[in-house]
Amino acid sequence: MSQTTYISQIADVTKSLFVGIKLTLKHFFQATKQRKPLSIEHPEYFKQDTGLFTTLYPHEALPIPDHGRNRLHNEIDDCIVCDLCAKICPVDCIDIVPIKSAEEIGKTSDGSSKRLYAAKFDIDMAKCCYCGLCTTVCPTECLTMTNAFDYSEFDVRNMIYNFSDLSPAQALEKQEIYNEAQKLKAEAKAKKAATEVKAEPSAQPPIPSKPVFKPSIKAPVVQNNVTETGESKPQENDTRNEEAPKKIVFKPTIKSLLKPVDTELPNVDDVSEKIDSPKPKPVFKPVIKIPPAKKPDADLDSSTLN
Amino acid sequence: MVALLFILPFILTFVVLGVWAERKVAGFIQDRYGPMEVGYYGIGQTIADLLKMLQKEDIVPSKADRSLFLIAPIVIFVAILAGYAVLPLSPSLIGSSVKVGIFYLLTIISLDVVGLLMAGWGSNNKYAILGAVRAVAQIISYEIPLTLSVLSVVMICQTLDLQEISYQQGILITNFPGVSTPQNYLFGIKALDINVTNVGGFLTWNIFRCPLLFVSFIIFFIASLAESNRAPFDLPEADSELIAGYHTEYSGFRWGLFMLGEYAMMLLVSFLAAILFLGSWNTPLPNIGSVRLADWTTGAPDTIAGNVIGFGWLVSKAFVLVFIQMVVRWTYPRLRVDQLMNLCWKFLTPIALGIVVLTAIWRLLMI
Repeated sequence: MSQTTYISQIADVTKSLFVGIKLTLKHFFQATKQRKPLSIEHPEYFKQDTGLFTTLYPHEALPIPDHGRNRLHNEIDDCIVCDLCAKICPVDCIDIVPIKSAEEIGKTSDGSSKRLYAAKFDIDMAKCCYCGLCTTVCPTECLTMTNAFDYSEFDVRNMIYNFSDLSPAQALEKQEIYNEAQKLKAEAKAKKAATEVKAEPSAQPPIPSKPVFKPSIKAPVVQNNVTETGESKPQENDTRNEEAPKKIVFKPTIKSLLKPVDTELPNVDDVSEKIDSPKPKPVFKPVIKIPPAKKPDADLDSSTLN
Repeated sequence: MVALLFILPFILTFVVLGVWAERKVAGFIQDRYGPMEVGYYGIGQTIADLLKMLQKEDIVPSKADRSLFLIAPIVIFVAILAGYAVLPLSPSLIGSSVKVGIFYLLTIISLDVVGLLMAGWGSNNKYAILGAVRAVAQIISYEIPLTLSVLSVVMICQTLDLQEISYQQGILITNFPGVSTPQNYLFGIKALDINVTNVGGFLTWNIFRCPLLFVSFIIFFIASLAESNRAPFDLPEADSELIAGYHTEYSGFRWGLFMLGEYAMMLLVSFLAAILFLGSWNTPLPNIGSVRLADWTTGAPDTIAGNVIGFGWLVSKAFVLVFIQMVVRWTYPRLRVDQLMNLCWKFLTPIALGIVVLTAIWRLLMI
């Protein structure tokens, strides 16, 4: 190593050390400034290149757009409990238990009529993959994604949000009312059938019901039901007869994005089967007794944080 | 005794605030906030950390050499604390005014190496032993330029007594009995015939009494970073390579002692640099004509005011150096082992040797 390179090496190193420390000291003294809490949409957002860059998150947060793919919220008053969201959900995080009502409950804000109560409308945000499909299929747009993103919990069970506005007791009551109404109708039907039988002794009760079924395309399920329950309880059969017309009323509200006449109906059937079965309680037993804390209202509060 | 009772709590307070300050400096340099939650601007963060640390289990690995492992952190901290014994904290406050002050200090600090090796060896852990080996190699290597730069100061001042070195660098020079040449000339050159003995201030600091000592000061500062295992010379700890180096296996209070040792060492070398080069507890403000800034900012020795003001100046100089140490840590990347040795043996040591020769000549100009 010659004398000049030895000296120039020292000079080079000294120079670069000074450049380095000047840079860090510049940042150190700029730390008195702090960036403003601007939304990313603000034109100044990318122009704040001096001063502290981080925000003291829980105490202050940058505003975010109103609709991101964050926590789901269901406006239960507008929900017709059509179950589409639960069906399209790729991770099955939406759990709905509908209860039929004898007559129309009310109208949603877009004019669709509500005919089902939601005994249970639970969304497990711990499972949710934030794909947003449920909000796309929702016919009444009651299911939306809000801008609340900070909702971690110590207990994973608290990640299940229940949007149903019925308490288990109320749900049971609605169910009773419906069963009662069904019974009355069935009796009326039976009477009518009896008079028909009198008129035409050879005809059997199930036969007239069949033509009613035909138009709906749910043959396989119906077949099963008939073989299971058909002979023993003609009464049950009759209740199914009652269902059929109702479904037809129900169908038009489902905006035609969906195939599901066939996928949908059987499911409603299944549910009704469960409900009709002599011991309805197990349906409501739902394991997850969620602390009442997480009602949608609370969510809104936390989402106004910024 | 008074000095010990004073310096021990002072070190502990410094460590508590120093760790916090270090995190703040790091944060600000990186455009972050640093700790913000505990107390005003997070000032109580270290206390919270300390409380957590003291509650942790004191784990001794089953395959460790138990006795070595247990006393290593104590050896390190004691060695560093013993170094404070000869530091003059103010014109009249010094632990032990021995004639061989700086010699004793450099020697006792070297015991630090024994503690590091005990910790690394006793842990029976490959990272720990690697860290310890690196620490020993590094500290022993850097002791040479460090000692040489101290030697150049000793040659200028003609004494090993740190208190005498302090007195020589200010207007109180005549108050210390037995100073060989109780006169200060500008840049130490008698031929210029500008007597600054009564001007004082920064003009009588060692780096002005002999401007060559400024180079010594730089060398001392670099070597002291290496001595205290601070970045960019933190190879012994090298988190990214060695987990935590020699204190990998330590937890709880003993780990805390290592931390205490590191920060106490930072403060010690900063004190030492201030005493040797930057005028010790003397004021940086000179007397300008009838504006007697130096007189006004210097208290008479043996008075409370003299002690408080002197200590204030010394501490503020030391803290500036500590701040530079912190900024350096968060600016420069860590050296490789070969670069470390290269820097020490090819640059610092020869330059320090050259300075020693030149200061010997400069000393001739001073008398």
